[in-house]
Amino acid sequence: MTTLPIETSTESTMIESGSHLSGVSSVIAFARREFRDAISSRWFILYTVAFTVLAVAVSFMSLAGSGSHGFAGFSRTTAGLLNLIMLVVPLMALIAGAGSIAGERERGTLLYLLAQPISRVELLLGKYIGLAIALCCSMCIGFGLSAGVLAWRVGGVGISAFVMLVIFTCGLALAMLSVGMLLSVMSRRSGVATGLGLFAWLILVFLSDLGLMAGTILFKLRVQEVFAIGVMNPLQAFKMAVIVNMNASLDVLGPVGMYASQTFGGALPWILALVLGVWTAVPLLIALVIFSKRGSV
Amino acid sequence: MIKASHVTKKFGNVVAVDDLSFELGKAESIALWGSNGAGKTTLIRSLLGIFPSTGTVSIHGIDVRKHGKRARSFVGYVPQELAFHDDAKLGSSIMFFANLRKVSHKGAAVALAKVGLQGHEKKRLRDLSGGMKQRLALAIALIADPPIIVLDEPTSNLDASGRGEVIDTLCQLRDDGKTLLFASHRPDEVLSLAGRVLVMEKGKLIKDITPSELWPTESRIQTMRLYLSMGTEETAATVLRDAGHAVNLNGNGLCVSVPRNRKAEPVSVLAKAEIEVRDFEILEEVQGDHS
Repeated sequence: MTTLPIETSTESTMIESGSHLSGVSSVIAFARREFRDAISSRWFILYTVAFTVLAVAVSFMSLAGSGSHGFAGFSRTTAGLLNLIMLVVPLMALIAGAGSIAGERERGTLLYLLAQPISRVELLLGKYIGLAIALCCSMCIGFGLSAGVLAWRVGGVGISAFVMLVIFTCGLALAMLSVGMLLSVMSRRSGVATGLGLFAWLILVFLSDLGLMAGTILFKLRVQEVFAIGVMNPLQAFKMAVIVNMNASLDVLGPVGMYASQTFGGALPWILALVLGVWTAVPLLIALVIFSKRGSV
Repeated sequence: MIKASHVTKKFGNVVAVDDLSFELGKAESIALWGSNGAGKTTLIRSLLGIFPSTGTVSIHGIDVRKHGKRARSFVGYVPQELAFHDDAKLGSSIMFFANLRKVSHKGAAVALAKVGLQGHEKKRLRDLSGGMKQRLALAIALIADPPIIVLDEPTSNLDASGRGEVIDTLCQLRDDGKTLLFASHRPDEVLSLAGRVLVMEKGKLIKDITPSELWPTESRIQTMRLYLSMGTEETAATVLRDAGHAVNLNGNGLCVSVPRNRKAEPVSVLAKAEIEVRDFEILEEVQGDHS
C-alpha cells in the first residue's frame, strides 16, 4: 500500500500514489461510514428496538403456549417469528436502501463525494456493504435476545431451524436492500425513493399474494405454474425455505407445497436460497450499471 | 496541469458549457469570472469528470473520462455549497476523507493545522460556523497535498474576516507552487489570487485575459450593487458589459466593479439606455494595484 506523502509530496510520488489508490480501501471507508451513520440513525434504532421487542415477545408467547416446557421451543418460535420477519425485515431493508443514494443526492453530499478520487461503483458497493452489516447486526440483536430467552427456558431443542431462520432472514434483508438501492439510484429525491420503497413492500407483502390467488382462479393455473410464479417473490421463497429447514412438511402450504417437496426434494432449500441470491445480485447489478452510466449528481 | 479542449456540456437543449478550451500550467492561478448561469460551476464539474461532457479534459496528462479516479487524485476540490453530514464530528469527517485518499491520521492533522482547525476535532459539523465549514472543506482539499486546487466560489458564504483568512491561505498555497483554478464573483479575490481570468458568458469563453486587463486601472476598485426595475437585469448587464464594465448578476441585484472615481458611470450608462436604477450600494473596495 502506498501512502500519500503529506508534507513533502512531489509530482512523481503523486503519480505513483494516484495509480495505486486502491478501490478496496475506498469501499471499506464508505462501508465504515455507512455503518456508523446507520447505527446512529433514530429510524434504525427504532426498527431495531421494535424488532427486538417483538422477537422476544414471540419467544415468550411460544413458551407460554407450550407450558414453558413444551417441545421444540426454538421451532415453535421460528414459526411464530416467520410472519413478523416477513413484515418488518423487508420494510426495514427497503427503506434503508431507498434513502442511501437519493439522500446523499438531496443533501448535495453526493457531488462532493464524486469529486474525490473514487469511482461510482466503489461508492455504491461501500454503502451497500455498510448498510448490509448494520441491518444484519440489528436483526442479530433481536434474534440473539430471543434465542437467549429460549435457551434459558427450554435448552437447545430445534436450534438448527432457528439458526437457518437467522441466515435466511439475513438473505432476505440483503435482497430487499438491493431493491431499495436500485430505487434509490433511480430517484432524485429521498422522499420519492422512500415512497417507491413502501410501494415495493406493499406489492411484495400483500398485493403479490392477492394477485397470485386471483390469477390462479382466473387463468386456472396449474400447480407448477403457481409454484413458479409464487417462488419469484423473495418473501415466498424465504417462507418456504424456513419451513423446509424446520423439517416441517410443506403440506401446510397446500398442493403447491406438496408439489415442491415431491418435485425438488432435498434440492429445494438450495433453489430457494438461489432465488434470494438472484434477488440480491440482479437489482444491485442494475443499480451499479445505472449509477455508473448516469451523470446526474 | 489541466488541459480542456472543446468541452461542451448540455442539459437537455440548454448548452451550459459551449465548446470551451483552455490550458492551465503548473503553478498558474486562473479565475473563472462570469454571471450566475455563465457555466463556471458546470465547467468545474465537467473538468473533474463529475458531469459527463463532450470534448477532452486531461489533468496532469491523464484523460479524465477514461481515468477519472486517478485524475482526481491530483486535485483538491472545494465546492460552492458545503455539504457535510451535520451529525458527524469534524475529526471523523476529515478521517473519512483521509481514508479515501489513503492519508494517515498525522496527515489529516497537518491539513487541519494548515487551516487553523486543530483542536476542534470533537465538534459536530452542525455546530461549526460557515467560515469553519469553509476551512474544513479547504482542509479536505489539501489533505493529500495535491498539486492542483479547484475552488468553486470559495468565499461565497463568508463574512469579510473569514474571506480574508481564506484568501490569505490561498495566497500562501499559490506562493508554495500550487496550481489554482477558482470561480469567483468577487474582484478582490480575483485581483489577489489570479494571474489570468477566463471570462465566461452563456457557457462560452469570451476572454482569456489578465486581471489588470479586466480592470484597467491603478486606482482602487469598488463593487456596486445596482437595484433595477424588474426584468431589466439581463439587458442592463449586456449594456454595461458593452460599455466595458465587469458585471455579475447574482440573483440579488446586479454587481458591477468600477474605479472609485467613476462610480456614477454605470448609472449614467444605464440611464442613457433608458434602464431605471432604483437604488445602489457600495459593497467593498479593493486595491487595484495587483502584481
